[in-house]
Amino acid sequence: MATTTEATLARSSRVGAQPLLSVRNIAKSFGKNPVLRDISLEIAESEFLTILGESGSGKTTLLRIIAGFEDATSGEIWMEDQRLDVLPPYRRRVNTVFQHYALFPHLTVAENVGYGLRVAKLPKEEIANRVEQALAMVKMTAYARSKPAKISGGQQQRIALARALVNRPRLLLLDEPLSALDANLRRQMQVELKSLQREVGISFVFVTHDQEEAMVMSDRIALLRRGELEQIASPREIYGRPATAYTAQFIGHTNLLPGEVKGGVVRCHSLDWPVGLPDGPVLFSLRPESLRVVNSAAGSAGVNVVRFRARVCHQAFHGSTELLQVECADGLKLSIRTATRENWSGDLELEFSPQDAVAVRPSEERI
Amino acid sequence: MSGGAQVKSRWLPWHAAAVFCFLYLPIVTLIVYSFNGSGVGGFPPRNLTLDWYRMLFADDAIWTSVLNSVLVAAAAMAISLTFGIPAALALDRADFPGKVLFRRLVLLPLILPGIITGLSLLMLFRAADMKLSLLTIVLGHGTALISVATTEVFAGLQKLDRAQEEASLDLGANYWQTFWRVTIPNLRLSIIGAALLIFTLSMDEIAVSFFLIGRDNTLPLEIWGRLRRGITPEINAISSIIFAFSLVAIVTWYRLRARAEGNAEGGAELVEAPVQGD
Repeated sequence: MATTTEATLARSSRVGAQPLLSVRNIAKSFGKNPVLRDISLEIAESEFLTILGESGSGKTTLLRIIAGFEDATSGEIWMEDQRLDVLPPYRRRVNTVFQHYALFPHLTVAENVGYGLRVAKLPKEEIANRVEQALAMVKMTAYARSKPAKISGGQQQRIALARALVNRPRLLLLDEPLSALDANLRRQMQVELKSLQREVGISFVFVTHDQEEAMVMSDRIALLRRGELEQIASPREIYGRPATAYTAQFIGHTNLLPGEVKGGVVRCHSLDWPVGLPDGPVLFSLRPESLRVVNSAAGSAGVNVVRFRARVCHQAFHGSTELLQVECADGLKLSIRTATRENWSGDLELEFSPQDAVAVRPSEERI
Repeated sequence: MSGGAQVKSRWLPWHAAAVFCFLYLPIVTLIVYSFNGSGVGGFPPRNLTLDWYRMLFADDAIWTSVLNSVLVAAAAMAISLTFGIPAALALDRADFPGKVLFRRLVLLPLILPGIITGLSLLMLFRAADMKLSLLTIVLGHGTALISVATTEVFAGLQKLDRAQEEASLDLGANYWQTFWRVTIPNLRLSIIGAALLIFTLSMDEIAVSFFLIGRDNTLPLEIWGRLRRGITPEINAISSIIFAFSLVAIVTWYRLRARAEGNAEGGAELVEAPVQGD
């Protein structure tokens, strides 16, 4: 299931074969209630990995197990050659940015940032220098003497980042750090966080429920569903080649087409195209943007396309694109993403390339 | 809350004024008569004078009892905080058999009539063959007021954002460092509140002290003893001074609270109103 991508290939060749962190068969139950089941994944040096999932998928629990705030029921966590899950949180070279930042209200911004260094009993001068650098890095030097309650949410966010990064951790964990910000600030912070991560070169594990955020920021996305790892891959791969119906639906928008393969040809409602799959039932994911509207004057279909007619039922304007609901004569309903045009109506000639229809494993109904 | 349906009554303001007088007239009378040249009797007060205060400042017995009371209150405060803070932590964090029972029983000494607490402590000290002295009063107040320290600090702990302690551990501080650097500073106001409340309750405690008193009087017992021989405005004078001190303490407390509330984040309010004592 774990697929290596170009990006991670390039990384792993740079740092050697050993991953920075490996999570091995981690399981966690609260009482009789299993929250995580047999999670294994690896994080490379300076990788940005996003753990994506709906609420209740176990993503925060996994993060808290890596940080050391929860004990796993079974499984191990290793950082290079050191076993991590047996150490208390304060012995792990891992720092966390908390969801609501958890800044210390009784300390100033600068004291907050210097907390880890003071606890480590570094010389005063070094603490002062590093705090100053960290504050400069997040552009918060002017607020060094403020109390956390006096600065805005976005600023608190930056301080939480500086407070974690100043300790030069091997790995930074971020627990939905952008969820408390409004949409504009959020988009801005996504870009800032990503470029900051490139700059410092520290591995980030970022937890979110927002698939768009995951796509924008990550080198790889680990999608969790009900405590199980659904798929782990680069954003392009997970979007373009989803392994399951759930992944295809959760990440972006898709059409699911059930069909039947017989002798190298799949039949799905009235459509058919050649596939290299064994005989039997099959489920395809076809992204709305993979369907094209054909100008009827353009002549006959090419060799490698599936062409059919459908009637427009509904149209929704999405700004840069238009989302159409269409229905074929045989009752097959599909969503199509097209260029914007005020009035799509009547019958359309549509086509898609068979390689865009991705066979996915069926998932149980979403709850 | 009542929306637009506000009842208008001519009597309500008068009623409020009457309650207010009922509450504060005795105190005002007390203060006014401490300046009254012709004793506690007679209306209106005549011959305003500071003589009673002069007499009070020369009265060694009163000042000894004030000192005793302050010592007792300070010691009781130390004892109840020393035991109350760990008890609150245990209630908040630990799981132990009988926890629910403990949580309910911890308030009992405060609710029980002082006469029962006093009598049972007296019997205990007798059984232990301890001579009654200021020490027995300190022990009596200290144990009875642990409940105040526990409930106050427990309330503070419940409002504490646990993520802050996790953040501290995450940043490399061990549990002990986290306790001193994060937990205690966040509980500061709860602890100060508990301390002030314990001090006040101990200062004016009379029932428990009455059973446990040795040769040295506390202030309330000294006053009570003198009242049996007849009331003089000197008592009014010392009471007025105590009143003034209490007022200053209360104002200081509210200032501290207001400042902390201004500093605290929206979610992480640090202060809890003091529990009502008896």
